[in-house]
Amino acid sequence: MSNNSNAALLEFVIRLGDNNLILGHRLSEWCSNGPFLEEDIALSNIALDYIGQTRILYTYAGTLDGGKTEDFYAYERFEHEFTNALITELPNGDYAHSIARQLYYSVFADLLLTELMKSKDATLAGYAAKAIKETAYHLRHAIDWTLRFGDGTEESHQRMQKAIDDLFMYTGDMFATTENEKSLVAAGIAPDVHSLKAAWTKKVESVLKEATLTMPDAATWQMQGSRTNRHTEHIGYIIAEMQYVTRAYPGNKW
Amino acid sequence: MSNDNQFPLWEVFVQAKSGTPYKHAGSVHAADKEMALMNARDLYSRRNEGIAIWVVPASAIVASSPEETGSFFEPSNDKAYRHPTFYEIPAEVKHI
Repeated sequence: MSNNSNAALLEFVIRLGDNNLILGHRLSEWCSNGPFLEEDIALSNIALDYIGQTRILYTYAGTLDGGKTEDFYAYERFEHEFTNALITELPNGDYAHSIARQLYYSVFADLLLTELMKSKDATLAGYAAKAIKETAYHLRHAIDWTLRFGDGTEESHQRMQKAIDDLFMYTGDMFATTENEKSLVAAGIAPDVHSLKAAWTKKVESVLKEATLTMPDAATWQMQGSRTNRHTEHIGYIIAEMQYVTRAYPGNKW
Repeated sequence: MSNDNQFPLWEVFVQAKSGTPYKHAGSVHAADKEMALMNARDLYSRRNEGIAIWVVPASAIVASSPEETGSFFEPSNDKAYRHPTFYEIPAEVKHI
């Protein structure tokens, strides 16, 4: 593989890993703060699924990147070097906001992984085949709560609708790609993320309709940035907390 | 987390392998059967405990009471002949 396509693949793998790590870290903040015990554990399980997926991806990235370790990608990069979709770094908010984020992201991840299973890159195809089972459950969990809140009490309906509306402007960024990615799409290694948008919209729309919620206006202004190294202000706080120990004690082993 | 306003209680039974009996694993709180099943999956299948789950509303379980222990169970104490210990079990028969 040429250096260019290797760089493109590395960039793509890190993007997938960053999405999983940042969202997993966010969800882990619910641990011990969940609305009730069972749901606390459900979200912690989901967070651990994401961290597990991150490890597969960062380990693979390391093999493409001169033998770097998975810890390097998690603990030794700065905010602007993370390429996670903006929606994954948003604060948890109330439970409706966390569920809306899970719904938007899980529908996307499910579509992406379905395509990625067909990748000509055997490692990515293998990753996708493993991850899609976890993601299918995450999606089921998110849909279940969206229906409960949307079709629940007047207050739960209002709060779910607000969360759906608040987060919608960050959904477009999930579909952002880079110039590099085109070569991977042409080579059958990466799915064409743009092509997932129509199916994503259709699925989200159908869930919201069943939940008696209103799909936000498709013309809503969309914040972009994750593929051009620009983040929301929230990423720095996540990185600071996540990297504190490794920064304070560089190279320490335990 | 508060203990107020907990959802109803469900008992969880997990089957470890195909063909084996379901065993009581514990309980979960849930608003309905779908949530009960998902909660049970999250709590009781995290460490490869099983391949199938039953959830049952705890209120649907009928239990014997401690006062009945005597009349329910003691009569079988002196009926050793009910145990299949007086038979020769053929070597070919397994799983008894």
